[in-house]
This record gives sequence, structure tokens and C-alpha cells, in this order.
Amino acid sequence: MKTFKKSLLALSLIGMTSMASAYEPSKPTCIAPAKPGGGFDLTCRVVSTGFERAHLLNAPMAVKFMPGGVGAVAYNHINKVNPDDGDALVAFSSGSLLNLAQGKFGKDLDENDARWVGTAGVDYGAIMVSSDAPWQTLGELVEDMRKDPSAFVLGAGGGVGSQDWMKAAILMKASGIDPKKMRYVAYEGGGEAVAALMGGHIKVYPGDIGEMKGQLDAGKVRVLAVMSPERLEGEFASIPTAHEQGYNAEWTIMRGYYLGPKVSDEAYQYWSNKFAEAYKTEGFKQTVAEKGLMPFYMHGEALDEYVKVRVQDMRELAKAAGLLK
Amino acid sequence: METLGFLATGFSVALAPMNLALVLIGCFVGTLIGSLPGIGPINGVAILLPLAYAMGFPPESALILLAGVYYGAEYGGRISSILLNVPGDAGAIMTTLDGYPLAQKGEGGRALALSAVASFVGSIGALILIVLFAPMLSDLALKFGPSEFVWLMTFAFTCLATMVGSRPLKTTIGVVIGLLLATVGVDSGTGFLRFTMDIPNFFDGVDFLVVVIGMFAISEVLVLLESWLRNDMKMTPVGKSFVSISDLLAVKWVVLRSTLIGFVIGVLPGTGASIGSAVAYGTEKRFAEGNDDQFGKGDIRGLAAPEAANNASAAGSMLPMLTLGIPGSGTTAILLGALLMFNITPGPLLFEQQPEIAWGLIASMFVGNLALLVMNLPLIGMFVRLLSIKQSYLVPIIVMLTFIGIYSIHGDSFDLYFMVVLGVFAFILRKLGFSLAPVILGLVLGEVLEDNLRRALSISGGDWGILFNGPITITLAIATLLALVGPFVMKTLKKR
Repeated sequence: MKTFKKSLLALSLIGMTSMASAYEPSKPTCIAPAKPGGGFDLTCRVVSTGFERAHLLNAPMAVKFMPGGVGAVAYNHINKVNPDDGDALVAFSSGSLLNLAQGKFGKDLDENDARWVGTAGVDYGAIMVSSDAPWQTLGELVEDMRKDPSAFVLGAGGGVGSQDWMKAAILMKASGIDPKKMRYVAYEGGGEAVAALMGGHIKVYPGDIGEMKGQLDAGKVRVLAVMSPERLEGEFASIPTAHEQGYNAEWTIMRGYYLGPKVSDEAYQYWSNKFAEAYKTEGFKQTVAEKGLMPFYMHGEALDEYVKVRVQDMRELAKAAGLLK
Repeated sequence: METLGFLATGFSVALAPMNLALVLIGCFVGTLIGSLPGIGPINGVAILLPLAYAMGFPPESALILLAGVYYGAEYGGRISSILLNVPGDAGAIMTTLDGYPLAQKGEGGRALALSAVASFVGSIGALILIVLFAPMLSDLALKFGPSEFVWLMTFAFTCLATMVGSRPLKTTIGVVIGLLLATVGVDSGTGFLRFTMDIPNFFDGVDFLVVVIGMFAISEVLVLLESWLRNDMKMTPVGKSFVSISDLLAVKWVVLRSTLIGFVIGVLPGTGASIGSAVAYGTEKRFAEGNDDQFGKGDIRGLAAPEAANNASAAGSMLPMLTLGIPGSGTTAILLGALLMFNITPGPLLFEQQPEIAWGLIASMFVGNLALLVMNLPLIGMFVRLLSIKQSYLVPIIVMLTFIGIYSIHGDSFDLYFMVVLGVFAFILRKLGFSLAPVILGLVLGEVLEDNLRRALSISGGDWGILFNGPITITLAIATLLALVGPFVMKTLKKR
């Protein structure tokens, strides 16, 4: 009986491995839909380095770049040229989802034109001011802002309708100020916006907490609040959330990967399983932390559903802010 | 004195055998990449970045290698500008204006040698300025807000208005075409898509490199083909001339002024070598007022100015990256990404916490530039022989290189079609007697001007007074005014 059980176990194990190897990418690739060096590059490095450290792939994963429109070019390319390429993961972020929600990925493409397969991690919005600014808490800042919203200049690394702008608009809404009265200045990327904050050209910068490490250590900027649901861990533990200070302002920057819309179920399952395995390994977790991201693990159908809900939420937000009719 | 101690530490890092080898390799690869049309420093650094990472180099070595590629490319960019009238990279656009005419006169060797020396002086001058004034300059760069940028760009435009001298109307039309191209893409102020025709490749605007290569390289190829059809192919004479002491003395002030201009513009976040070289060229033309009829026809001053400036701004753009963690140009943005990959956070603390990286890099740039000069001068004889290649071989080679270069940016064939369309358009413009540089500069400067004007106005809530809000804006405004009316005043005074 015992031997029978063992052989049954062995058989089922063989069965499982053969199921898992039903699909095997010949040239695993991660497409970063931006120029090298930015957030999408980083997202791709998480999966290529993380999977390598976790010994999950037989062939090393290549990183390819396809810049344009916060991922619009890559999204169109995947849909038109190779919608069934199971080897190519494409990096996305909440910024891509927001553009998707506003129809900025092309008129006839929406969140149903991709198979969302795994996450890399998250970063959170943060309300920052210069270190010589008079405000010590979010409350003091909002108090001043309410007096005369139009005298208050906010600036960040994206245009109106980008996720940086969204963070500012959410803060306004949470403080009971009409987002349309907000004076918002758009810069090219977070770096320029930080420079403007330090130079005193803008007063408030709604950026991301992860990218601010260097400036925080040097004491050049002060973070009044993180836009996370709960307090963060580690070096950011001393920063209060917006919630704690009585403002319902949250913004999570999710980073993850999708596959083309016509990729086979086997290939989709293959990657979904790989992400599930990776999330359990130290190698992957360490990679995520090294790239300045915080853990947020979701894969397969659960993520697919989550993304679709989130895009719908963003669509509502965009409508409320007057970006969509 | 303290600085000298740090610099000594830096040299001990830079002169370690492996780092020395890497800086030489980087410079050599950079020169090669820079000289190929379409493949610029951004591609070079991007290609080598994963390699450096995979080789497991320590961060300072990787950075030394990548930076070598970056400034090596600024040297290399001039080669195809001068010999083929095709800028090797964006910083070398202005170099075509006087470099190519010199080569056509059979003075290619002289132009290459002189520009190598100008590049060298530009780089070293900028490095000395970095060492002396690093902390002060990073504060100055922060003071530069939107309204300061508006004036800087206006000043640049004023200088350009007379750049191609004899045909002000055509220059203006060229600039306007560039400005029109600059309006394509998502409008950052409002988030609306402008003139994109629903093509996602235009959502971010037209790609600068595609425009440069399309307009210069493809139209040049068409010009070559045309002369082949007409059967009047001329072999450009290959002169034996070389740089002379008298040439160097003649441009010494030009080079020093341009170094300063290029450096300051490089330090400012968001402006790079292409703007630095344009402003330097325009300024020199102003300085030469009354004696400037050779500009655009092969004047060595018009060659030395942009070359000194683009190298100075390449070095200058390292400064905000290292001290503030803010890239001063597209390529330094990638270098910044490289630093982050190695878990180094550039910023105010880099110089204190990891001096071996910051100073090692600066010291390696001194070494690298010296190596580039030594490497470049003897090779000139070889480069010049490019001109003796039969055009029936040269044309397909240029076409192939540009197609590979442009495809490598986005990996999308759309850019190739767009490049060809632009090339044909540029060919027509050239046949009508337009110069192409104003178009490109309209595109670059226009974008910076528009973005900053709108930033300034949204900060002030629509009050134009913000454009005169401080000593820097007012100084720049006066300089603009002088550049505008100065020549007329001078003429009137002379007549009396």
C-alpha cells in the first residue's frame, strides 16, 4: 500500500512537472516601454534579475526597449504585430493604466486587450515640500492651501492627467478644495520637479516615496505624508500616512507585467506559475527591495481582475476631475 | 585645498589598471559610436549598460566605462558632420555648418584636427570648472526656474535669427517648421494630444533623433544620388593640411568663450549639448559682427565654437547628475539609471559618502579626454580617407547605418518610414535653398521654450511679470535685447 501511495505521488509529481513544461519560452524577453534607465527599465530588471536569482528560467531573460507614450507604443505594437507571443512580458505601471483609462493608448484599445500576469511590487505617492518650508504636517499645509488655493503652486513630473497630477488632485479633493482651482506645473520627469522644489519654483511636489531616498538622506526635502494605506516599514516608518492625519488621500504606484491578448492559456499559466514561485524566493524579494519597491504580490487571474477594476476606478476618477466626458 | 586631496583620491581610482583600461575602451567605443550617423551616445550607453552590469564591474568602474562612451561620442560626432555633412549625434549638428564646407575645400584634415583640439579644450575647461565650483554651480542650476529658461531660449533664438546670415527669411521659415514639429505630441500643460493623427508613435512628440537623421542623412543621400544621376560626381579632394599653431591662436578666445557657454548650458537641467553648441555658434557669430561673411562657408571659428561647446556641456551635464541626482541631458539620465542599478543614489550626499565614485569619475574624465586627443589626432589621416571612398559604396553604407541606428531606438519600423518622409521633405527644402540647422534648432529650442513659458505662466497664474522676477531674468533679457538691436546700432554708429 505504501509503495502504491509513493508511486502514485511520484506519478502525480511527474504529471505536474510535465504540465508545467507544456509551455517553455525559447527567448524570454521583457519589453520596457520606455528609454533605458527609467521606471519601466527597473521593472524589467526586477523580473530578469529576480527570476535569475531564483533559478526559474532555463534561458536568461533579455530586456528590450520600446519607448513612446508611457507604454502606448508597446501596447499597440503587441496588439497589432505579435498578440500571441508568449515569450514577451511587457512592463506596465499605474501610469500606463491611467492612460489606458483615459483612452490615451489609442481609441480602440482598452484594458481587455492584454493579459495581466504578474506584479513586481509597489511604490506609494508622497507629499513633499522643501526642507526650509514652514509646514511640518499635512494639516498645516492644507490649512494654508484652503485660504487661497490659487496662490499655491504644485508641480510634478507629468502633465495634466498623469499619475503625478492625479496625486495632487486627490490631495485637493481630500482637503475639500476644488481640483480645478489647483495651480499645477508639469515638468519632464520627477528629477526636474525635485530640482524645481529645491530651487523654490514650486511649493509642493506630489512624488513617489521610493525615488526620494537620496534627497531625504541629505535633508533637502521633507515628506509630510505618504499616500499608502498603512505606515511603511524600514526607513520610511517615521513618516505618517495621509490617512492618519485625517485626509483620505491614497495613491499606489503598481509595477507589473502583461502578455499579449492572444497569448495561449498554457503560456499565460506558465508565467503565472513562475511569478507564484518567484514570490516565495529570497532572491526575488531581495531584487524587489534593491530596486526601491515595496512588496505587493499578485499574479494570474487575480491580477487580471484587479487591474480591470482599477482601470474602471481610474476612469471614474478621471471623469470626476473633468478629464473625460 | 581639500578639493585637491579629493581629486588625488579620484586619480588613484582612475589610474588603477582596470579603470584605466576601461576608460580607454569606453573612449574608443564612444568615438566609433559617435561617428556612425544615427547611433549616438544614448544608444552606446544603453547598449553597454547591461553588459557592464552583467560583467559584475564595481560601480565606479562601470560608470567610468559608460561616461567614457558618452564623451567619446561627443568627439566622434564631429567626424561624419565634417566629412559627410551628416551629424553623428545631436550635439554635432552645428558642426556641419562650417565643418562640411571646409572638407569640401579639401581641408578635412585641418577641420578634424582643429575640432579635436577644440573638443579637448572644451572638455578639460569644463572639468576644471567642475572641480573648482561644483557646489556653487549646483545651487545656481537650481535657481534657474521656468522664467530664466524662457529668456535663455529667447536669447538663443535671437542669436539664431542671423545665424545663416544672408537669408533671414528662409532661416525664419526653417525655424517655424521646427517649431511646428515641436508642437506634436501630448501637451503637458493640459494633457491633450496635439497633431498626433492617432498614431501612438507621435504621442510623445516626434523623436528628435529621427528628425535629425532623416533630415540630414537621408537628404544627403538623395543629394548624392541626384549628382550621380546627372553624372557630375565630384571626388572631394583630400587635403593634406593639418592643424597649425596660427589656426589655434586664431580661435583661442572663441574656444574659451564657447567652453564657458557650453558648460553653463550643460549644467542647467533639461538642456544638453545640442542647445549648448547652438548658443555658442550664435554668440560667436555675433562677436564676429562685420567680419563674419565666412560663417557657414567654412570659417574655423564657426567650427571651433560648437565643438568646444558640445564637449563642455557633455561634461557640465554630469554635474547636476552627481550633485543633485538630476540629469542635465538625455544621456546623463541613462547614466543616472545606471547608478541606481548599482544601488548608488546620486544626490547631495554622493560626494561625501562615496567620494571614490564621484571623484574617480571626474579624474577619469581628465584621463579619458587626454586619451581621446592622443587617439584622435593620428587617426585623422584614416578618417579623411572616408572621402576617397567611391560614392557608390558610401551611399549604401550611410543608408544602412542610419536604418540600423533609427530602428535601434524604438525597435519599430514606423520610425523608418517617418525618417524617409522627413528625408524627402528635407531634400526639397535644400533644393529650395533652405538650411536645415534652423529647423532642428527650432524643434529643440521650441520645446524647451514652450514648456517653460507655460510653466512660468501657470506658476504666476497668467501674469507675464514673472518673466522679470529676478537678476538672472533681467540680465538675460538685456542680453537678448542687445543681440537684437546691437548690430543696427553698430551700423548706424559706423555710418556716422
